[in-house]
Amino acid sequence: MSEITIAEALNQALNHEMAIDENVVVMGEDVGVNGGVFRITKGLQERYGAERVMDTPLSETMISGMSIGMAAQGLKPVAEFQFMGFIYPGFDQIISHASRLRNRTRGRLTCPVVYRAPYGSGIHAPEHHSESTEALFAHIPGLRVVIPSSPARAYGLLLASIRDPDPVVFLEPKRLYRMMKQDVPDNGEALPLDQCFVLREGKDVTLVTWGAMIHETRQAAETLEAEGIEAEVIDVATIKPLDIETILKSVQKTGRCVVIHEAARTCGVGAEIVAQISEKGLMDLLAPMQRVTGYDTIMPYNKLEKHYMPSVGRILLAVKTVMEYV
Amino acid sequence: MNPSDQKRLFRELIFYRRFEDRTYEAYMERKVGGFLHLYSGQEAVATGVLEKARCGHDYVITGYRDHVHAMKAGASPKEVMAELYGKETGSSKGRGGSMHIFDPTVNFMGGYALVGQPFPLAAGLAMGAKMKGTDQIAICFLGDGANNQGTFHETLNMASLWNLPVLFVCENNLYAIGTVIHRSTVVQDQYKRVSGYGIESSQHDGQDIDVVMEAAEKAIDHVRSGKGPYFIEFMTYRYRGHSMSDSKSYRSKEEEAEWINRDPILIYGNRLKEAGILSEKEIKKMETAIDEEIENEIIKFAEESPEPKVEDLSKYVLDDNPDPRWIGPLQS
Repeated sequence: MSEITIAEALNQALNHEMAIDENVVVMGEDVGVNGGVFRITKGLQERYGAERVMDTPLSETMISGMSIGMAAQGLKPVAEFQFMGFIYPGFDQIISHASRLRNRTRGRLTCPVVYRAPYGSGIHAPEHHSESTEALFAHIPGLRVVIPSSPARAYGLLLASIRDPDPVVFLEPKRLYRMMKQDVPDNGEALPLDQCFVLREGKDVTLVTWGAMIHETRQAAETLEAEGIEAEVIDVATIKPLDIETILKSVQKTGRCVVIHEAARTCGVGAEIVAQISEKGLMDLLAPMQRVTGYDTIMPYNKLEKHYMPSVGRILLAVKTVMEYV
Repeated sequence: MNPSDQKRLFRELIFYRRFEDRTYEAYMERKVGGFLHLYSGQEAVATGVLEKARCGHDYVITGYRDHVHAMKAGASPKEVMAELYGKETGSSKGRGGSMHIFDPTVNFMGGYALVGQPFPLAAGLAMGAKMKGTDQIAICFLGDGANNQGTFHETLNMASLWNLPVLFVCENNLYAIGTVIHRSTVVQDQYKRVSGYGIESSQHDGQDIDVVMEAAEKAIDHVRSGKGPYFIEFMTYRYRGHSMSDSKSYRSKEEEAEWINRDPILIYGNRLKEAGILSEKEIKKMETAIDEEIENEIIKFAEESPEPKVEDLSKYVLDDNPDPRWIGPLQS
């Protein structure tokens, strides 16, 4: 079996669901003829036709709003925004209507839409093309927020997101799109949308992260191993609803926790994780928790990008801080 | 239209007026909470248009002045009133209130509190119907004020581009909340604003239900026959303020009096009387029966219905029991 990238795994998942479920439709800017700005929807329009793979005008409000009207009738739109920062014109429809259709109809209708967007930094572009504002969506009741970080998880979580009856904001770390390869059998098996993934077991410190930061966090864990510190690495994957149980179980074992994310620090998802550990697992802690995050600034351009993003060095420094408490 | 249908229609107009009046009283008694936007004066528009639609089959969506649209589309008046009362028996189990009446069992796809927001949803409903190959259409009622939102223009472009079966019904009541139209909008004839999108449109008197029905029938035929979207504008007037907190200081008593002379119930009632279809005595009898129905059935139902359970507060946010099919084996 040949190994595939995250980009290819996402395409494989879309292709799988479109083949088995005629209600699945893809819509967005340049998703059809052009195959998507990052080629995630490549080949789909040729296979399933322009009626199921729709090129829309540059009109994010319509992409998010129309998909709700379609989903209310049992269609399963997978809507693509070209970049996470482009969602905001459509944000209103997502938070005001998609997330509330189930509630407004008291469960008689649901809104099975997947809002996909390339997410995070790593391509040296500023602001809208590189930001990570997952916390905005995680704050909204009625939405799931999912961020895969490997080809296998990209495949399994996208399948689950399409099959889920509620709206899912599916954020794809674009830096990882083609960074790694894995065997991903096209077997249609979905992954759970309410669980964290323990990527590496360890007894000394818990490193909680998601998205492209998996990459730096794993590197940090390897460096720590050489120093005799066993780090447990958790990929949160589904930001909302948060599987705090898996994280608490790890913290119970290690007593030390560092949360790493690319998004700005204030009110980031890291703050929520740290708050929940404080509420439910304070007595397990041997040291104050640390956050390694992006800064409270606008996502910078080009060469400054690497200074904004949490580095392996910053993660190691935070681990050193929590390990100093004895 | 035969006389018995004409009588039924006239009764509906009175019923909707009385329903709204009684809602006003319930609001003053603090039985209804939050905000309340009443439809009095505009009844001929929703009633006339939906008389020509296939209610229960076609999708209907509107803004926050939504009680009459919901009921004419097929929602039960008892459930609408119970919704206003915030009771468990309400159309949204008492969670939405006045601005969020929703009844998917009759394809009434909601009232929406945010101005202009239903436009893209209506296009999506029309798109879904088109993809499924049904002959349903989506009917989107909104006011003139909504047309200054970006959603109006984005939706018109896409509805026309994709030839969607959607009828836009603009209820031009001359005021965007408290701002008169010439102070907010350059082109005041709303039907003229859609020509740039290649959409057929027309403007009509919204106070004469016969005019409304004739225009609506043509527009609905146009949309249902696959000719694409249609935009129909009705000139109308709301008698009460935008919401209950509105003192109507922005308009004159003379203007109000002029419109009350063109009251949709008055116009239609006079026509039926002149044609010998209804007598003044029958109208009085009708009014009494309506008031009794509202009081003894609808209000009683709302009053006696149970309050929503506090323990249900977090229900209906996400699927509480996801289908096991959605859960596969763990991988990493």
